[in-house]
Amino acid sequence: MSNLLDLVVAGLATGAIYALIAVGFTLLWQASQTINFAQGEFVMLPAFLMLAVMHAGAPFWLAILAGIVLSMLLLGLGFKMLLVDPMLRHGVLPLAIATMALAVGIKEAVKKFFGAEASPFPSIVPAGDIAIFGRMVSLQSIGVLVVAILAVIGLTFLLNRTAIGRQMQATAQNPAAARIVGIPVERMILLTFLINGFLVALASLLVTPIYLAKFSSGEALGQAAFIAAIVGGFNQVRGAIAGGLLIGVADNLAAAYVSTQYRAAVPMILLIVIILFRPQGLLGRAEERTV
Amino acid sequence: MRWGILTGVVLASLVTTAAYAQSAAPIKLADVAELSGGGATAGNNWKNGIDLAVEEVNAKGGILGHRIEVTHADTQSNPGVARAQAQKALDDEPYALLGPGFSGSVKVVAPLAAEAGIAEIMGGEAAELTQGGNKFLFRTSFGQQSSMPKVAKYINDEIKAKSVAVVWVNNDFGRGGRDAVTREFGRYGIKVAADLSTEAGQADFAADVSKVKAASPDAVFIYLNEDESARILKELRRQGVTVPLIGETTLVGQKVVELAGEAANGARGHVGLTTDAPVDLVRAFREKFVKKYNYIPDHNGIKGYLAIYMIKAATEKMGKPDSKMLASSLHGLTIKAANEPGILMDMTIDQNGDIDRQGFLVEIVNGKQVVKQVLPKLN
Amino acid sequence: MTRQAKFWRLALGVIAIAALVLVPMNLNRYGLFILSQWAVMTIAAMGLNLTLGYAGQVSLAQGAFVGIGAYAAAILTTQGMPLIAALAVAILLCFAIGWLLGYPALRVQHHYLAFVTLAFSTLAFLVFRNEDWLTKGIYGISNIPRPVILGFPTSRPLPFYYLCLGSLGLVSAVMWWLIRSPWGRAFRGLRENPLRAQSLGIDTRRYTLMAFAIGSALGGVAGALYAPLNQYIDPVPFNLSLSLDLLMMVIVGGAGFFFGPFLGAMIAVLLPEWLRFTEGYYLMFYAIAVIGLLIYSPTGILGILDRLVTERRTRAASALRAAGKAQFEATP
Repeated sequence: MSNLLDLVVAGLATGAIYALIAVGFTLLWQASQTINFAQGEFVMLPAFLMLAVMHAGAPFWLAILAGIVLSMLLLGLGFKMLLVDPMLRHGVLPLAIATMALAVGIKEAVKKFFGAEASPFPSIVPAGDIAIFGRMVSLQSIGVLVVAILAVIGLTFLLNRTAIGRQMQATAQNPAAARIVGIPVERMILLTFLINGFLVALASLLVTPIYLAKFSSGEALGQAAFIAAIVGGFNQVRGAIAGGLLIGVADNLAAAYVSTQYRAAVPMILLIVIILFRPQGLLGRAEERTV
Repeated sequence: MRWGILTGVVLASLVTTAAYAQSAAPIKLADVAELSGGGATAGNNWKNGIDLAVEEVNAKGGILGHRIEVTHADTQSNPGVARAQAQKALDDEPYALLGPGFSGSVKVVAPLAAEAGIAEIMGGEAAELTQGGNKFLFRTSFGQQSSMPKVAKYINDEIKAKSVAVVWVNNDFGRGGRDAVTREFGRYGIKVAADLSTEAGQADFAADVSKVKAASPDAVFIYLNEDESARILKELRRQGVTVPLIGETTLVGQKVVELAGEAANGARGHVGLTTDAPVDLVRAFREKFVKKYNYIPDHNGIKGYLAIYMIKAATEKMGKPDSKMLASSLHGLTIKAANEPGILMDMTIDQNGDIDRQGFLVEIVNGKQVVKQVLPKLN
Repeated sequence: MTRQAKFWRLALGVIAIAALVLVPMNLNRYGLFILSQWAVMTIAAMGLNLTLGYAGQVSLAQGAFVGIGAYAAAILTTQGMPLIAALAVAILLCFAIGWLLGYPALRVQHHYLAFVTLAFSTLAFLVFRNEDWLTKGIYGISNIPRPVILGFPTSRPLPFYYLCLGSLGLVSAVMWWLIRSPWGRAFRGLRENPLRAQSLGIDTRRYTLMAFAIGSALGGVAGALYAPLNQYIDPVPFNLSLSLDLLMMVIVGGAGFFFGPFLGAMIAVLLPEWLRFTEGYYLMFYAIAVIGLLIYSPTGILGILDRLVTERRTRAASALRAAGKAQFEATP
């Protein structure tokens, strides 16, 4: 029995990582119908930016701030202006392909300029383990879980309780109507991208000490977060948490009780099952189809 | 049309250059390696090792007075692309072919090189590569059929383990090692207590370690890439696994020690090529590499470096560069480090293209690699 | 279309075909290999174009179907069976699996189907890798023989290239006929407005499955040629990246245009080659090129051409109208 608990706790720790990345992903989709295949690379990049700033001699805390600001500028503002704006009116698919190309571009650029080796990354959460239910859990994993939950709580509060948040929701649901009512639609969409830029920087800060700074670490993370977002509910931010945690736990349980060779299949099967029986995801709202 | 004209121009320029050749024509080497995709880390190390060696050799006058020119092509870790790039390289009639590293890509490229009669020196470690009778294929490191018997022997004789859990990365490298070591265990009557495949790039090993614990083995054999080795060592420590942990070069490298910290202490491994070897020439190589590239190479960097010196030694034996005879010159060649420092450790190449070289059994003690046993060359 | 335009179109087609047949005789092995790769990828992209460009369904499993076709061909031909048999098995297998996979397409729409096919893609890769009793797993299947077609061996690069080219021609002919047929029109109706199509009496369920299944079968055909082309296959190339690459080929070439896949495959196969002189930067430039192209023309390259032609026609028509209007107003 303690074995099961071990696995669940470990799964929650990994799942929290997926959740944090999935949150931004869901947000982008909701606000602007952007499927961002480069989200994993977005999480990989800020760590490298921070490392570069530290190489230039800055202390860690300054590098963190610089990394967050750069991330919001490049991956939030830059991404929106250069990629999303020109392409969005032509439909979802061309933009999705463009983000795929963007993912390749970012990966190759990092590999070229930072090398193909994995670099360790300093952690803001102290290394070490504490005992929970008699099992050793790394503090870093707890840190990720706490931040992920806080992020979701914060976002949900922002979206549901503040005026700006409600404006953002309106923009997401019906941009044309929102414009008529006087909501500055462009600014709301920009805000979403900036928030994503902030979230990925945060995720990068927490995840990279565990995953190591490597140009290829974005691939698996991006894909897992993608699945987590869909399973949890593509149109509700809190779905990202549910999806991420579920995927993390299911993956671990599958590896332990089914087969380590097929562990990657379980999130996929979960995805198919959810899509078939509850297309809006576990916590999502059912989408109406426009005639 | 464009290709036809291009080929014509190239041929014409080659002929004119040959006609004007007074000084020695350069020796052209073609490298086909994984510079992007899943094998990028290994491939880039290999490439850097090659470049370092070429620079050194050229600085000393080249091979028998001929400069080395090397071109690098990217296989994208895809056998189809590897084939295309190798074909392109072979069409230019290089002196020798270098790479690839992925065993799958080697399997595609080797027949092409053999057909063209060009020697291919590669980094793949899968056992079957040299067992197909290809007379033009050469290793730079131990094949798994050479290294695994040594590991199994150590586990049987020294650790006296009766059951071992095997954790391996699910690609051609990991699978090959797992198959080879399982075969050896069978010979000693050692039971495989758990057979756990993991994914490349995996970060969470809780489930795998959990299964290891449940199997209660006498020892754990770990055959993962370096990043993952560090992670599983930490997880094993976290879950309180105390039985001996044995692996290969990828378990006990300095990179792993750096990443795993205290959790790496006690890990043991059979090491063929390591920058931590207590050999002066290897240490010197490492310093040169770090000076040029700013990071510590993994064993693929050494492989690339050695490939160039193998070609140099074989060519010098022939007395003149003859690409058609290069392969037979390599077969049966013994290169001594005293004569050719670039080879770092004495090496003998057998008729199958396998190499025989000194190896080490190391243990990590207090964050440092300590050699417990030196496994001498067989001949 | 005017007689002159038709003539030019035909002439262009004849020249292109002649070039594809004659020029390769001067190419070295590498050039022939690349062209053969292009032909094989075009077949797979055409299948995806049918599913996506004409029937409007997003599939991320095309790479998996290429894999299924390749493994079918590899397993059967290394056991001594002729390639034709392998081809038949590949087509039937992929068609059947496509049909079964298309079932969820009825319950869900648009991006959701993409997710299901994405899941299938990963599952297929895992099966290729883990079921080594069948596929030899990560070790792959080596020494895949080149087929003998009507008594002609294809072990040399040039004859095999002609085999690929011939297959491409055959598949193109079949597609051309399919698109011109009532089926093709039904597919296009599905893409534009499924509800309206349904109200007109088209069985959307049946035609959706059809489009998906035929598209997948074409992926299998491409795979059956991919195996003897490389003469070695392992699971590595048949993962999600291949599906994404094929999707990119279709979109960049121009989804829904007949020749879109040809152009898209050419770009995907040849552009990285042309960019190789940039050494380590080539993939970066490739990514930038793709993004730039998509920003400029999300309907792909043929979309640009289409736009130009339409603009030309519109201007000509407007000019005629203006002239006619002037005349009309001049008369009292």
